[in-house]
Amino acid sequence: MEKKIAHFTIDNKECTATTGVSIINAARENGIFIPTLCHYEGVKPAGSCRVCTVKVNKRHLTACTTPVAEGMEIEVDTAELNDLRSSVIELLFTEGNHYCPACEKSGNCELQALAYRFGIMAPRFPYQFNERDVDASHPKIYHDHNRCILCKRCIRIIKDEKDLPAGSQGRSIFAFNQRAKKVKIKLDDRLGKELSDELAQKAMDICPVGSILVKETGFKTPIGQRKFDKEAISLDNSINLKAMKEAHHE
Amino acid sequence: MTTQEIHGILDKYKHDKTRLMDILYDIQHKTNYIPMDKVDIIADELNMSSADVEQTISFYHFYSTKPRGKYSICLNNSVVANMKGREFVAQAFKDELGCEFGEVKDDIGLFETSCIGMSDQEPAALINGKVFTNLTTYRVRELIRDMRLGMKVDDMFANTFGDSMNSSPLIKSCVRNSLKRTGPILGQEYIPGKTLKKQVALMSPQDVINELKKSHLRGRGGAGFPTGIKWEFARKAKGEKKYVFCNADEGEPGTFKDRVILTEKPGMVFEGMVIAAYAIGASEGILYLRYEYRYLRKYLVDVLDKMRKNNSLGKNPGGIKDFEFDIRIQLGAGAYVCGEESALIESAEGKRGEPRNRPPFPVEKGYLGFPTVVNNVETLIAAVRIIQNGGEWYQKLGTKESTGTKILSVSGDCLFPGIYELEWGFTVRTLLEMVGARNTQAVQVGGPSGALIGPEQFDRNVCYSDLATGGSMIVIDNRRDLLKDVVLNFMEFFIEESCGSCVPCRNIPTLLKQKLEKILEGKATNKDFDDINNWAKMMPINRCGLGHTAANPIITSLKNFRHLYRERLKKDIEFESGFCLDDAIRESCEFVDRIPNI
Repeated sequence: MEKKIAHFTIDNKECTATTGVSIINAARENGIFIPTLCHYEGVKPAGSCRVCTVKVNKRHLTACTTPVAEGMEIEVDTAELNDLRSSVIELLFTEGNHYCPACEKSGNCELQALAYRFGIMAPRFPYQFNERDVDASHPKIYHDHNRCILCKRCIRIIKDEKDLPAGSQGRSIFAFNQRAKKVKIKLDDRLGKELSDELAQKAMDICPVGSILVKETGFKTPIGQRKFDKEAISLDNSINLKAMKEAHHE
Repeated sequence: MTTQEIHGILDKYKHDKTRLMDILYDIQHKTNYIPMDKVDIIADELNMSSADVEQTISFYHFYSTKPRGKYSICLNNSVVANMKGREFVAQAFKDELGCEFGEVKDDIGLFETSCIGMSDQEPAALINGKVFTNLTTYRVRELIRDMRLGMKVDDMFANTFGDSMNSSPLIKSCVRNSLKRTGPILGQEYIPGKTLKKQVALMSPQDVINELKKSHLRGRGGAGFPTGIKWEFARKAKGEKKYVFCNADEGEPGTFKDRVILTEKPGMVFEGMVIAAYAIGASEGILYLRYEYRYLRKYLVDVLDKMRKNNSLGKNPGGIKDFEFDIRIQLGAGAYVCGEESALIESAEGKRGEPRNRPPFPVEKGYLGFPTVVNNVETLIAAVRIIQNGGEWYQKLGTKESTGTKILSVSGDCLFPGIYELEWGFTVRTLLEMVGARNTQAVQVGGPSGALIGPEQFDRNVCYSDLATGGSMIVIDNRRDLLKDVVLNFMEFFIEESCGSCVPCRNIPTLLKQKLEKILEGKATNKDFDDINNWAKMMPINRCGLGHTAANPIITSLKNFRHLYRERLKKDIEFESGFCLDDAIRESCEFVDRIPNI
């Protein structure tokens, strides 16, 4: 099928991309970075963090879930939208309990990196000091709910593929539990026990924060030499560039 | 419950994981909870993880992995219930049982629940899913006594069944319909199947759609999308199969119109679904019934059976060739957000009721990925009348851009709460006069997600272009503390009912409620007002309608009742933390046997 080209504008700049790709990817093709957090290239977008919110023809929409279409007028880098994005990051800091200096993911953490990018010194919202627990009951994974930002990457990516009947989807090793303020990620008791080293490592790697950590190892890369220690999160280093390139290659 | 029984239930639903809601319902209904070891069996049999099954269970108010008691009492905690003396009823339950809400004592569980659609007869509670209305402390003692005697819930009614069909053997409920004023939709006689057989059968699907378009009927759930256009989209959408859904999950506090329509005119609702199915080319229909209305299920199933016998459902309904359509009832399990159409579809697929990202819209990719039309109960009965009397007839009712009538659920401080069918374009003042409201301080138009308005706005017109409403109208007189009794309760409702997915919806309502509490304590400064307005600006970036409107109670009251807020403002002060050090350290001081240094 012939790919249709859409003409649209981002912050008044004339752009083109294949009709139907997400606004995030369409922007990237045109050299424009839209900050994201829950998004993970190559995986069905969840649209749960709202960090990638843009305005399309004056309406707020998430750039990860909205396909680009002919004639769209997209706003990305405006004071209003950047303030909204910053607000989301701040809410995540006040909702959870994040102590960066003591966190294994510091420097590799996308939440922290975005906070730096947005120049957040202190959140505008009061800290909630919500009581959250740490689940160390699983043999491979140390699951710290204090740091979880409920982005659903683990739910979407980490699947159990063992003994599956043909054609069926992998079972979810991680799932949402409860609703509203009480919502949290649950690691399945039984599948958690059988988790392979590779899958445990993958779960830790795709977690944007330090909520999912592999046990009995830590600080392999010293603080100061990590991904976002020297450069801000940007088009070049965000969301697992390798995965992004692979997805584009396909 | 034995493992064998679980397997029996799984077999009944053919091990289909999209029927998880029904599987869980059957187990919960039988044993009052879903034990974790049974969750593992369900998971293994459906090829899911246990965490995934628990994801669905833990989302819904009426499912539980912990015992809920042989008798499970769920007392409504809505604003209207409070107005009608819920406080005393709640206290009586606690005293009689000797436990708090959220606990189980002597195999009797006591729980709170969001609005159960009985605002015209509060205080009301669900006991094992049966509705008990007009509760008093006397009645509470009687009920607890009956439970202690081990009486069946069906036998606990005091021989006073409700009016109309509520007393039929298939319903046997004490609910009253409170039909106060009917109009062209509810009032006219309805002859089952006549419209379908005598009129629709002679029309093409496009004719049906054209008639709907001519009528300018808009969705009655609240969003107001033109029904004819929705049907046309679904008709044009490509799909092997198509579905028609009836959204009977009205959960907006103060609304109960769908309950009354489903009791008075169930056949008409289903006939509306058949007409929609014919128009879009659907073969299957689902009526998603909120758990709170499960007392109507048997009755509705019976209506469907009769329709099958009368050739209005099944093969060639209405004698229409190449047309096959049947309907099943899907029960919800207690989640306001499932009233949002894509969340409703997710729920019907056995998942947590989380709204979907759009696009794609349900008319393109809905239930199980097939094009799906979701219509409100009231929309569907209006569609039947439109076919019956013509789009032109309907279009003459109401106002130019809000055609037809609106069926309102009126509750709160008025003499005659109930159902009122009015042509769009009436003023709030007219309505207040009609329902016998005096000394009215405010009206909550459209429920908590709508707007709280005061007397200076009572001459505004109720219609899509001025004051839109999904039907809930709560009257509040001047005895009430608007901020404490109304706004605070509504904020708690939205906090409880968020699905918890979008960051702002999960957080901002709680932060705004904290601000409101600070205001009520008399500790607020101007900065707090600015914070409220600024923080609420995040709500439009949420995914769904709940998220967009969850700050409305505080925002619309701050706009329309600013003086009530200003009265409580702490004067001559720039900043007030709202934090009391002594209170914060009291507990730790007590622990080490000290008193805080005051």
